[in-house]
Amino acid sequence: MAERSFAAEVLKLKLGDGAVVSGEGILAVTKALLQSGVAYIGGYQGAPISHLMDVLGDAHDILEDLDIYFENSASEATAAAMLAASVHYPIRGAVTFKSTVGLNVASDALADLSSGGVKGGALIILGEDYGEGSSIMQERSHAFAMKSQMWLMDPRPNMTAIVDAVEVGFELSEASNTPVMLELRLRSCHLHGSFVARDNVRPSMTVTEAIDNPVRDLSRVVLPPASFLHEQEKLTQRWPAAVDFIRDRGLNEVLGEGTADIGIIVQGGLYNTMNRAMELLGHSDPYGDTDIPVYVMNVAYPVIDSEIIDFCKTKRAVLMVEEGQPDYIEQNVNTILRRSNVTCQIHGKDLLAEMGEYTTSVVTHGLSAFLDTYLPDSTTHKPNLLLPDDHPDSPFAARDSTSAVEPRPPGFCIGCPERPIFSALKLAERETGEHHVSADIGCHLFSINAPFDIGATTMGYGLGSAGAAALNSRNADRRTIAIMGDGGFWHNGLTSGVGNAVFNDTDQLLVVVDNDYSAATGGQDLLSSGNNNPIRSTKHSIEKAVRGVGVKWAKTVPNTYKVAELRDTFIEALTTKEVGPKVVIAQSECQLNRQRRVKPEFQQALKAGDRVVRERFGVDADTCTGDHACVRISGCPSLTIKPNPDPMRTDPVATVTDSCVGCGVCGANAHAAALCPSFYRTDVVYNPGFTDRVRTRARSWLISRLSKRIENRAAAFERQI
Amino acid sequence: MAGWYDGQRPITIAILAMGGEGGGVLADWIVSLGEANGYIAQSTSVAGVAQRTGTTVYYVELYPMDKHRSESGAEPVLSVFPAPGEVDIVIASELMEAGRAVQRGFCTPDRTVLITSTSRVYTMTEKMSPGDGRVDSALLLAAAQLGSKRFIGADFEELSRGTNSVISAALFGGLAGADALPFERVQFENAVRESSKGVEASLAAFALGFDAAKAPPQLPTVDKQAKQTRVDSVSVEIGPRPTKTRAEKASEAAEKERYALALSDPARLVGPSLGAQAERVASEFPAAARSMLLHGVERTAVYQDADYANRYLDRVARIAAVDPARSDGATLTIESARNVALWMCYQDTSHVALQKIRTKRIEGIREEAKAGPKQLIQVREFLHPQAEEICDSLPVGIGGRLAKSKSFERVVGRLTAKGIVLNTTSVVGYTLLWSMARLRPMRPRSLRWHREQGEIDSWLDLVIEAVDNGNPALAVEIIECQRVRKGYGETYARGRKNFDLLIDIAREIQGRDDAKATLSRLISAALADEDGTALQAATATVYAQG
Repeated sequence: MAERSFAAEVLKLKLGDGAVVSGEGILAVTKALLQSGVAYIGGYQGAPISHLMDVLGDAHDILEDLDIYFENSASEATAAAMLAASVHYPIRGAVTFKSTVGLNVASDALADLSSGGVKGGALIILGEDYGEGSSIMQERSHAFAMKSQMWLMDPRPNMTAIVDAVEVGFELSEASNTPVMLELRLRSCHLHGSFVARDNVRPSMTVTEAIDNPVRDLSRVVLPPASFLHEQEKLTQRWPAAVDFIRDRGLNEVLGEGTADIGIIVQGGLYNTMNRAMELLGHSDPYGDTDIPVYVMNVAYPVIDSEIIDFCKTKRAVLMVEEGQPDYIEQNVNTILRRSNVTCQIHGKDLLAEMGEYTTSVVTHGLSAFLDTYLPDSTTHKPNLLLPDDHPDSPFAARDSTSAVEPRPPGFCIGCPERPIFSALKLAERETGEHHVSADIGCHLFSINAPFDIGATTMGYGLGSAGAAALNSRNADRRTIAIMGDGGFWHNGLTSGVGNAVFNDTDQLLVVVDNDYSAATGGQDLLSSGNNNPIRSTKHSIEKAVRGVGVKWAKTVPNTYKVAELRDTFIEALTTKEVGPKVVIAQSECQLNRQRRVKPEFQQALKAGDRVVRERFGVDADTCTGDHACVRISGCPSLTIKPNPDPMRTDPVATVTDSCVGCGVCGANAHAAALCPSFYRTDVVYNPGFTDRVRTRARSWLISRLSKRIENRAAAFERQI
Repeated sequence: MAGWYDGQRPITIAILAMGGEGGGVLADWIVSLGEANGYIAQSTSVAGVAQRTGTTVYYVELYPMDKHRSESGAEPVLSVFPAPGEVDIVIASELMEAGRAVQRGFCTPDRTVLITSTSRVYTMTEKMSPGDGRVDSALLLAAAQLGSKRFIGADFEELSRGTNSVISAALFGGLAGADALPFERVQFENAVRESSKGVEASLAAFALGFDAAKAPPQLPTVDKQAKQTRVDSVSVEIGPRPTKTRAEKASEAAEKERYALALSDPARLVGPSLGAQAERVASEFPAAARSMLLHGVERTAVYQDADYANRYLDRVARIAAVDPARSDGATLTIESARNVALWMCYQDTSHVALQKIRTKRIEGIREEAKAGPKQLIQVREFLHPQAEEICDSLPVGIGGRLAKSKSFERVVGRLTAKGIVLNTTSVVGYTLLWSMARLRPMRPRSLRWHREQGEIDSWLDLVIEAVDNGNPALAVEIIECQRVRKGYGETYARGRKNFDLLIDIAREIQGRDDAKATLSRLISAALADEDGTALQAATATVYAQG
């Protein structure tokens, strides 16, 4: 079950004509899909579109009522291949994933899909993970649109615009027999706003109807000679059809035409940022009434030559606001103008940042430089962010010793079961020496930061094992370690990593982190999830799977909090004479999900009068000597430091905050690393039973007698208060 | 056109928090507050894996609904990014995040109302240091005050903890109390009521946050004029830590009272059996050092006996006799009083056992765990005694022999390999610890005792040698070297090794002009990391310079 429940939000999906829906951008996309008569939906979770999959999962009743098929795809490639259903049948399908990583994985299927073309509308909703908060390499989805000839929509970050883009995206796809990608930037996905709903539409043909009436058209299969014809079709038929549709429907917008002899071209997704920059420079207002013409590209690809020419031919200069690199659109625009002999000067990356996210600050700088050149007296106001950093009114003026502010990168959550895995690995390495560690994608990648500092490369989701494939030598004294999450394992790691290692006889320790969910993406269920999912088949063992592809040495450690046991298993796997891959499956439930499950259970038991025990850890400030070795081997947010309560000592002591969930890793580390005797666990017993009461009475009697001698002696020496 | 500079602009609010702290809930409350009261609201955040415990910025814009324009279908164009210099309200869940808001230009002195918790959530770097890696809160607080138009700081974390709620509720109360938004208190509270979970606790925290913002604790304000002219050096002008929690203020007052008592009636600062020692402190030692000495007397006596306290005073007396600043701060004497006592009360098995069974400890744990006064609690210790530690606490003869015995090491190793979990609140556990604590009289016959006492004396010899050679400043640093002796097991061994190295170097360089600075640098290096890289690097430069 996913980390966040949308049970309340999905009710909004049932709203009809005229109702105002308010919520996240993701909810708007889902509603728009239902309003478009989509017949099937698939996808793979990943920020920033994880919630789209979660919303759909929570809405499965509504989807079933509308005869919409919904699948949690095994990977982005699976999701993309699903769209094959729209090749022969006039049914609309949508898939979603994180980009560019999702597109990388899906591109084989998407290339084939684009070659043969589609009959029913095929929409790919991309969560563009670029800029602040991104967890992946910084690239653009735009390149995929160009290479396979798929159209790329980039709507304004506004709920109504997003909903419209989904609906018109299907129409564009059908009009031009081409798959359409809809790009939503990170912040747009998490945008809260509202839009006016329309009625949901049942698909004109359902998946069931398609299955029962099979169609086959040889001209759509990607094999010579059809594949050569597809390329011609793309340029001679589909492209012109798309251009006509985009022009006729006015998908791109021109605002404020005639107000000035210069202009701005902006990607739709950047429009709001652009308008804010214009507001800050006094050239627009909150409703976008601009005094400089703006061409908004809600379709970023294809670029419509005639629209560009029309916009530019009446202007001295135009600023192209295009995020990321390379500057594909700017190059395209320059080519169009050059070919048509339009002399308008195009600016873009020469005035704006060459790379990186286009924040308000970045766009304002570029726009200001552009206006200073072409309309020097028009700007009446300049915001402080344009001042040089050393100006006292600059927002960045040194007002403190800013070096005091330290970065705070993301890390393992409180009580995370992956933390002890890396504690154990660190302890194992103390005995076996350091190893090359190939990391993967997932929460476990936080191991690369302090305090663990484990992991040398990450080559992509599920590729932890493959990333160490070359480092396989019979002559080496130590073997390589690879990490893989359960998400990556089922995504592709079982074949690309484990199967590969078996086939090539790779001498590798592969640690599979099995936390019951695809945790990093928001706790979605997987094949190996331990719970019963009413609409999916779960509880498929990872160990059985690896043995199934031929791994001989495989061990499952069912409780990662037992640091010493895990450490010993690692040492064994690193030293055994057994050839081939050694697979350790480290298993414990994601704590975020566990707490969501356990907390209500605890409250319920408490109310029912059952005996329940609440556990938390603590550190004796008297016994702690303030070395913080415990922090260096754990890094749990609830294990922190506080001023030393001892008036004689100065260094801070370790302490455990109230947020502790009592996972036990502090105690296990104290043992496994022979840390110090300062750690204790407190068990608070609620609704004690008969045995508890009798035992307590006996204990109190003894302890009060024995402690009297100790306390009396101390009282002779200690200050009496 | 009427635009940004004519007030045609949204209210902009940035929230800086750490993932999992409820910043999203706070943003949602602000959105529903706005939407319920005639505003169009838009909020965004960067979510996903980037949120897990790391810094996260939530951003909200509120724009007054214009009926006329809405009816014609026009919507205001709101931004998804906070623009530096253009944020009206910044809410920070923690002091360093407030500093980050200033650093990133979101919080500026010409515009921003800053509502921040003055509490700290330490970063990994701060926590990991083997010594004290904490950033000076005064720097952060100065940044927050200088970087905001109006500064509202309170320990919202502490407020929310008292109500069993989350910090976001207290901060929302702070926002209401700040009068920075055009809404009434009841409108804020309605937004909280609309959310389904934990409404009562949230409202309680909200109320405390509201009051705190109405009457923020008195913090010495930073002279903004002075800062404007000397922007680079603001940090040095702040002076004493301006932020003080109630607890800190109380402890400061207690410290003052204690200091006065140490002069007027020192016997009251120790137990009835230590009257003679208190008298000796009053008659033989400089006034400034007395409070610290009485701490030491009390500690050494509890640790061993009254004789041991006498021995402690003898040791510090040696230093006090040569302290050139006896009547002027007596730094050397104070630091000796502190460090000699700490070393003399080294953490051995018997002492740890005593600490574990003290009544006040169990009471403290009960309070920490929020258990009721009669509620059943159990306390389990995670112990890992090692052969070396056991040998150390045995009488010299037998301990020495066992230390050399491989079979003894094996037996202990096997028994404790997995560590021991001891229930202090049980009959067996308590009795075991109690018996170990009762071994105290055997301590002076132990191997470790002999070793430690010898090392203490030769350390103090070196201190006196440094003073005799006219370098009292170096003497203070030599005393401070005790700080690197920490921990148990391997950590203890490492600390001892580093200490020996520092003392050797101190002895060698004591004639040099830079001896004090060098040793101080080496102490910091010894406390900088675990594997000794920093100390090694620092040591290498000592002789290169000389």
